[in-house]
Amino acid sequence: MKRETCKLLILGAGPGGYVCANRAGQLGIDTILVEAQALGGTCLNVGCIPSKALIHAADEFHLVRHLAEGNPLGITAAAPAIDLTQTVAWKDGIVKRLTGGVAGMMKKAKVRVITGQGQIIDGKTVEVETQEGPLRISTESLVIATGSRPQDIGALPFGGDILSSTDVLNMQSVPKRLAVVGGGYIGLEIGTAMAKLGAQVTVIEAAAQILPQYDADLTKPVMARLKTLGVTVLTGAKAAGFGNGSLEIQTKEGPQTIDADKVLVTVGRVPVTDGFGLEGLGLTMQGRFIDIDDRCRSSMHGVFAIGDVTGDPMLAHRAMAQGTLVAEVIAGNAARWDKRAIPAVCFTDPEIVTVGLLPADAPDAGVALFPLAGNGRSLTLERRDGFMRIVYDKGTGLVLGIQAIGAGLSEMAGEFALALEMAATLTDIAETIHAHPTLGEAVQEAAIEGLLAQQ
Amino acid sequence: MGISSIKIPDVGEGVAEVELVEWHVKVGDIVKEDDILAAVMTDKATVEIPCLFDGKILSLGGALGDTLVVGAELLTIEHDGASSGAVEAQVNVVASDAPEEPDEPEAAEEKPASDNAPKPVIQPAPAAKAPEGGNARAPRPEGQPPLAAPSVRARAREAGIDLRQVAGSGPAGRILNNDLDAVFEAGSGPQTSTSRRREGSEEIRIIGLRRKIADRMALANARIPHITVIEEIDVTAVEDLRAVMNAGRGDKSKLTVLPFVSAALCRAIADHPEMNAHFDDEAGIVTRHAPVHIGIATMTDGGLVVPVLRHAESHAPFAAASEIARLAEAARTGKATRDELAGSTITITSLGPLGAVATTPIINHPEVAILGVNKMAMRPMWDGSQFVPRKMMNVSASFDHRVIDGWDAATFVALIKRLLENPAMMFMEDEA
Repeated sequence: MKRETCKLLILGAGPGGYVCANRAGQLGIDTILVEAQALGGTCLNVGCIPSKALIHAADEFHLVRHLAEGNPLGITAAAPAIDLTQTVAWKDGIVKRLTGGVAGMMKKAKVRVITGQGQIIDGKTVEVETQEGPLRISTESLVIATGSRPQDIGALPFGGDILSSTDVLNMQSVPKRLAVVGGGYIGLEIGTAMAKLGAQVTVIEAAAQILPQYDADLTKPVMARLKTLGVTVLTGAKAAGFGNGSLEIQTKEGPQTIDADKVLVTVGRVPVTDGFGLEGLGLTMQGRFIDIDDRCRSSMHGVFAIGDVTGDPMLAHRAMAQGTLVAEVIAGNAARWDKRAIPAVCFTDPEIVTVGLLPADAPDAGVALFPLAGNGRSLTLERRDGFMRIVYDKGTGLVLGIQAIGAGLSEMAGEFALALEMAATLTDIAETIHAHPTLGEAVQEAAIEGLLAQQ
Repeated sequence: MGISSIKIPDVGEGVAEVELVEWHVKVGDIVKEDDILAAVMTDKATVEIPCLFDGKILSLGGALGDTLVVGAELLTIEHDGASSGAVEAQVNVVASDAPEEPDEPEAAEEKPASDNAPKPVIQPAPAAKAPEGGNARAPRPEGQPPLAAPSVRARAREAGIDLRQVAGSGPAGRILNNDLDAVFEAGSGPQTSTSRRREGSEEIRIIGLRRKIADRMALANARIPHITVIEEIDVTAVEDLRAVMNAGRGDKSKLTVLPFVSAALCRAIADHPEMNAHFDDEAGIVTRHAPVHIGIATMTDGGLVVPVLRHAESHAPFAAASEIARLAEAARTGKATRDELAGSTITITSLGPLGAVATTPIINHPEVAILGVNKMAMRPMWDGSQFVPRKMMNVSASFDHRVIDGWDAATFVALIKRLLENPAMMFMEDEA
């Protein structure tokens, strides 16, 4: 068997793994990155990037349809059509370009990328099944970055007309009737896009409201928009089975059926902790996730874990930050997880951005809100739904959390996160000049509202 | 009854802000006109602020160590006067500009904001920003994460500082780079474990002169890459000369070794003008000075101050001795004037009899050199054939390595050594 040695071996080339490898390479650490599939992991291949590409295509298509139906702007357009095969090919082009970019980045950082399924032998040894045969790699440090996969439900196993979030991104045509099981952000993002592409969409959510992690104020504008788009939302409903174009569901009122050509199941994601020998290490777990400390160290010396496999929030940018951190730790630098904020963005229509505490998380805190209906830029964009909201400490004005909902507000995530990381106060935001006319002015207005309320 | 807000007065000299170093009153105190309310400090001088009314203190405008700008509220007072409004305080200068010169301070008569102002002017006291409950309090409640910008956190992380132990002076208790600077300055020695362990800690706010010193030392140490040259000097000849010169002077002031060191320094600077200079590192300009104004670092009860022996190059030994003695006394009693405490071009520092074998003097920014004088001691020296007792005194001289090369530093110190070992050379105009 062929043998290799390295200082750092990373299992999984998703946003956590490749960022870790890149930083380690830059720091002069001899690094091997092992990945069975395409570089980039879920994020680049079947997550963030392709879904946003699809959402963009759906938005453009919807826009032209909207214009064709007559509009106050005085624009005339012919009834559009979409060839989803071509859309998917375009999306694949973006993915290919980005995964190619990762490969180039690895090369520049002098990271050795090995394609194949890795199997952990012990904390210092990994065997990779490559095309050229098995390869045994000895390493000083091991980083587990195996990510997560879509969760299925027993009543609706993936396959055939039952789609996972991965499958739905490769559909060659828009289904006529689509049932989305799970009203979390993935289901709603894709469900909204499919509705804009012309599908008749029904969302089935077991909880009492969609996007259960947010409060009702935040989800209300999304509900309103879904209604405008003709999406049916059933809350407190569970999927029980599918057959012959009919989805059975259980509701409080009893069993019902929903006609559907395809069923998209988006009930969450589970960490990938099997199939690569993790059991043999006997690491301390935190539920389904690998337990880590503030330096991403597992319970075994020299074994680190980053990204979705370490728990919530399962977000690419969290994995990336952890990847950088681990590279620094292995290089012997003083690095520690001390982030105050991990922003979360939901690319529904309108988009939701949240950073830090929600009002429900801090009952004693002040809450300042500014509606986008009072924002000039919003009106020029034909939108008046949504708001900016700041949760702050009443005594000091310290910003504890910022939420926003509105078209295009995902781009605000950076400002919000910066405010929290800098330990900004309401005054800091209120005293920062925000450009006019932009949607971002609304956050300054919210801060001013908060200051007025404090007086 | 009226309520007035007493403002920080213009203390002159272009001073825009003062540091609050002492409160003589607290909220609720009954005060009389001319009672001292507080002491504030400018760059060098401490200024007392007397009360203008009989009355009762309603609120204080800051905590010790706070910096208040001229015109800011010092406190609010309830008094018998009919008028209310903002009033500029008077000042008593206590440690500056010639105490024997009781010139009328820039004075401020009562200036009611408006005679018919019906409402009392009580501004919310800025004191609310300061941590209440004094210095003994922990920086923040248990379990609450420290607030600091990512760059500050990174700096603390790299230095191994636990931010949970650092008090934040920024808004909402945010820890600023300045707060970290204070921690660096305070330093943290290794913890030794003994059988008699003590628990607890005491927080001492660094204010007043100590803060000025801290700021200046931090600045000097952070900005200037120091190179220190240590040399041993045989001062037997100087000591012999001194004994002769001092003999029979009775009550008149006598020479210490310092005038000789000063003379040697001045003579050596004649050959090395680069040492008697200021380096403006922002402008990238070194200014060489013709006069030698020697700062004499002097220990006082309040901390280190540096009175200046002006035109040291023109002083004969006895004149230098008496001027040094006068300055040291003025510094120790807090009577040194602003001019006497500013404008040095090079500095001598000495710990006197405590002076150790070697020290690492910190340059008095923006100067480029400092001469540290260590303890004199009788030591056996080898004269080539036998050990002889000699009076030895080490000097430790630090230089700004950005503008002074090691070679020049060493040459300069060697020259000082040659001059002190051959004191006659000091008083010759010829090339040394």
